[in-house]
Amino acid sequence: MTPTPRPGDPTITPALVAEHGLTRDEYDRLVNMLGRTPTFTELGIVSALWSEHCSYKHSRPLLRKLPTSAPYVLQGPGENAGVISIGDGLAVAFKIESHNHPSAVEPYQGAATGVGGILRDVFTMGARPIAMLNSLRFGSLDSPRVRYLVAGVVRGIGDYGNCMGVPTVAGDVMFDAAYEGNPLVNAMCVGILREDELIRAKAQGIGNAIMAVGARTGRDGIHGASFASEDLSHNSDAKRPRVQVGDPFTEKLLLEATLELIASGHVVAVQDMGAAGLTSSSAEMAERGDVGVTIDTLKVPVRESGMTPYEILLSESQERMLVVAIKGREDKVREILAKWDLTAAVIGEVIAEPVYRVTEGDRVVAEFPGTRLVTDCPQYHPDARESDAIIALRARDVHAVPPLPQERNSAWTLRRLLESPTIASKRWLYRQYDSTVRTNTVIGPGSGDAAVLRIRGTKKGLAMKTDCNGRYVYLDPRVGGRIAVAEAARNVACVGARPMAITNCLNFGNPTRPDIFFQFREALAGMAEACVALRTPVTGGNVSLYNESPAGAVYPTPTIGMVGLLEDVSRATAMEFREPEDAIILLGDPTDELGASEYLAWIHGVVAGAPPACDLTRERALVETLLESINARLVHSAHDCSEGGFAVAIAECCIGNPLALHGAMVDLSAWKAIPSRALLFGEAQGRAIVSTSDAAAVLAIARRRGVPARNIGTVKPPNEGLVIVVAGHSMRSPLMDLVAAYHDAIPRAMQRAPAEQVSVDLATGAPA
Amino acid sequence: MKVGIVRFPGSNCEDDAFHAVVDQLGEEAVMLWHKDHDLQGSDVVILPGGFSYGDYLRAGAIARFSPIMREVALHAAKGGIVLGICNGFQIACEAGLLPGALLRNDAGYRSMPVTIRVEHTDTAFTSAATVGQCLTMPIAHGEGRFAAGEDVLDQLENDAQVLFRYVDAAGEATVDANPNGAMRNIAGVCNAARNVIGLMPHPERAVDPLLGSEDGLVLFESLLVAAHA
Repeated sequence: MTPTPRPGDPTITPALVAEHGLTRDEYDRLVNMLGRTPTFTELGIVSALWSEHCSYKHSRPLLRKLPTSAPYVLQGPGENAGVISIGDGLAVAFKIESHNHPSAVEPYQGAATGVGGILRDVFTMGARPIAMLNSLRFGSLDSPRVRYLVAGVVRGIGDYGNCMGVPTVAGDVMFDAAYEGNPLVNAMCVGILREDELIRAKAQGIGNAIMAVGARTGRDGIHGASFASEDLSHNSDAKRPRVQVGDPFTEKLLLEATLELIASGHVVAVQDMGAAGLTSSSAEMAERGDVGVTIDTLKVPVRESGMTPYEILLSESQERMLVVAIKGREDKVREILAKWDLTAAVIGEVIAEPVYRVTEGDRVVAEFPGTRLVTDCPQYHPDARESDAIIALRARDVHAVPPLPQERNSAWTLRRLLESPTIASKRWLYRQYDSTVRTNTVIGPGSGDAAVLRIRGTKKGLAMKTDCNGRYVYLDPRVGGRIAVAEAARNVACVGARPMAITNCLNFGNPTRPDIFFQFREALAGMAEACVALRTPVTGGNVSLYNESPAGAVYPTPTIGMVGLLEDVSRATAMEFREPEDAIILLGDPTDELGASEYLAWIHGVVAGAPPACDLTRERALVETLLESINARLVHSAHDCSEGGFAVAIAECCIGNPLALHGAMVDLSAWKAIPSRALLFGEAQGRAIVSTSDAAAVLAIARRRGVPARNIGTVKPPNEGLVIVVAGHSMRSPLMDLVAAYHDAIPRAMQRAPAEQVSVDLATGAPA
Repeated sequence: MKVGIVRFPGSNCEDDAFHAVVDQLGEEAVMLWHKDHDLQGSDVVILPGGFSYGDYLRAGAIARFSPIMREVALHAAKGGIVLGICNGFQIACEAGLLPGALLRNDAGYRSMPVTIRVEHTDTAFTSAATVGQCLTMPIAHGEGRFAAGEDVLDQLENDAQVLFRYVDAAGEATVDANPNGAMRNIAGVCNAARNVIGLMPHPERAVDPLLGSEDGLVLFESLLVAAHA
């Protein structure tokens, strides 16, 4: 059937095509596919589905190079969420997704709906969400606009997750001017399901009913997917209406109803209506099932009158799902939804005819052949070339950066670093998140290198963490990509869990720029190497490109969300020291590396040098050493060395829990060849600090595993403070100084101005 | 003992209460649906935490009109034990089963461990504890600032209806120990008949040492004593 333009539809002109973000080539491709001029509705559909956000047109060829399989992977990339088996008939569904652009213009709703979207991705697989994480990047807290964004994003995350009753248990937060105009808000959700209840978003069964479930469709968020696929500009504030509005209460009802629906067996497929709403959910479901679908927009429950098919198809109203119900069971589906005071309406049908058809009553308004709407999307292989400026930055000799006069006292430097918001305690943020609801949280935010949740009915535990140092990736994308995965694995191993699999959120700039595409290609290659070496396949994720403001691109930030498994959750290990007189062992070797460090950036304002090398064989050996030591119950605490290096890591072991402080006395003079600031604050990879009452046993395990290890000192009572001996002199820090620096830095910064909305001209960064 | 746990739309701590009763106490628990009029013979009714009806309008303001709440009020009037935790405390106050009101925290939503002191042990929920005993358990709420007129507060103190107060590590009810600005550091109260109890902290999240605290157990064990009395 050939669609007929609706009365009142605008005429298709080159200007209208450009407004929809399609290039000349893409438009020609569309005309070729149809054999005619598209209708306005069809143009809207294609503009959404071929947006970067939905189509991955610049990233797909490279994403194929990531390792995605392991015997325990039940569902790899391409579904709402990845799924791995954890034994006992149980599986874990997990996924991370970005909501950067919406959060940049409307932080509260942007972050809230980001949480809502990722929750739906997980429960549409039949999994009950058990934990949320979030990975956030902001500009400097000196900026009132940034403080406004931080306050809004954190409140948005909290209000949504708290209302849903899903604990927010971990994450990572960094602050750097590179994110000033374009913050990153990545939300990750982890859910648990019985393997036999796994359901996929694959339309099947000719004659089965396609039903819209949950909230009604309104005019909000129209073209959100295309908004997410362009650079932020002066005009972005005007696109605030493209940001959706979340209602966690409706989502909570939808969660319960969906799980009940899946358990009932009345539905064969469930798909979240997320980016590009009804359009992408229905087209993707049809493509996965290789079937035809027909949808009548007049049957979609709407919130406003007079909505056109174009608006109904492209709305991103939240808290909606598309389900395929077995023919004849439609009323059963309605009954379950009604129990939760939600509606379900039959809006279409799975058909044998290979076609994607949208009608408005009897009038056909859009029709595409077969599944070509999805499969014919163009793919690009842009040029990739590293920026000369970055090559020069990497080559800079950072050892030549002169120390400040105050640095003669290393205790000053340590205190200063603990005040860096990237390093300082994030309690100000996470005390706004319910982290204990559902009563599974064994290690919550702030006290371990990763969160640990018990799995009820078993002895097992699940560890999870997000990580990525964008500065490393900026200065060397290959190495930075490797480190992102390795650090996440290290964090998960420090709590005693075996790293299992990752989800990733690839936040980059505009891929049509060769220097950006180079970062993307190399970072992915580095990640792939690390995933292979550490045996953590990628089960899915999200690509967020065009993270640019007029000030430039963000640091390339491929955020890793890692999930690990503890066979015995009672062995979960926190980062803080526990017993005075325990031996302190440093696993891994310090180096003279100082490049790309938080020390250089925060103390000296220098972003330069090569990031630390990442030896993946060593990383794997470290993971095995940690796991063997923890499983043998030899270790009382474990904490990896990351931003701020050894000195910050050991300080965190002493003061991580301000209610249970410990002192420490350590001697690093064995490494007298290493300049003291690299020894203390350099970020050499592959290291962790563990405390133990049986040093010999831990050292023996490390030796057998090929990990350099040294007994460097002793846990002391709190009144003795932290003492570090370095090449002839000893640096002494009273714990209260460290506590004040580490625990008060962010609250103090956030108090500086009321965090009300500060409008800003995105072009200049100046308050408008 | 049979414990009925009411499930409102938006409740999210009902499973935690269920596990505390069934897994830790080894007692029977049933879920009660908000649209029903049947307590299914429950000896104790728990109004659990969460965001009933999205906490729209005001926390607990809509839930009190649920069909099941008529039965809960009758149960309370007959002397039956009703326990409101967090959102359940808010609902009980809105329903007039408990005195006072729970206002927006003075410093926003707070999720953290707190210490509360048991003030009186002559109720169904505190009988196994000792006066002055300090218990550590999580809070997680945005509207938990207990408030009432000065005369009502005096009367609550005189009639020994203030059951729990936020205290510091030394057991003192200081300003710093108060996480939400509650008047007189009040964390939980009971009604005049002492059979309806409400508190903002979550004892059901503190019943397993694996999760950091089992201080909430003594409160649930008190229920057992009362139900078998």
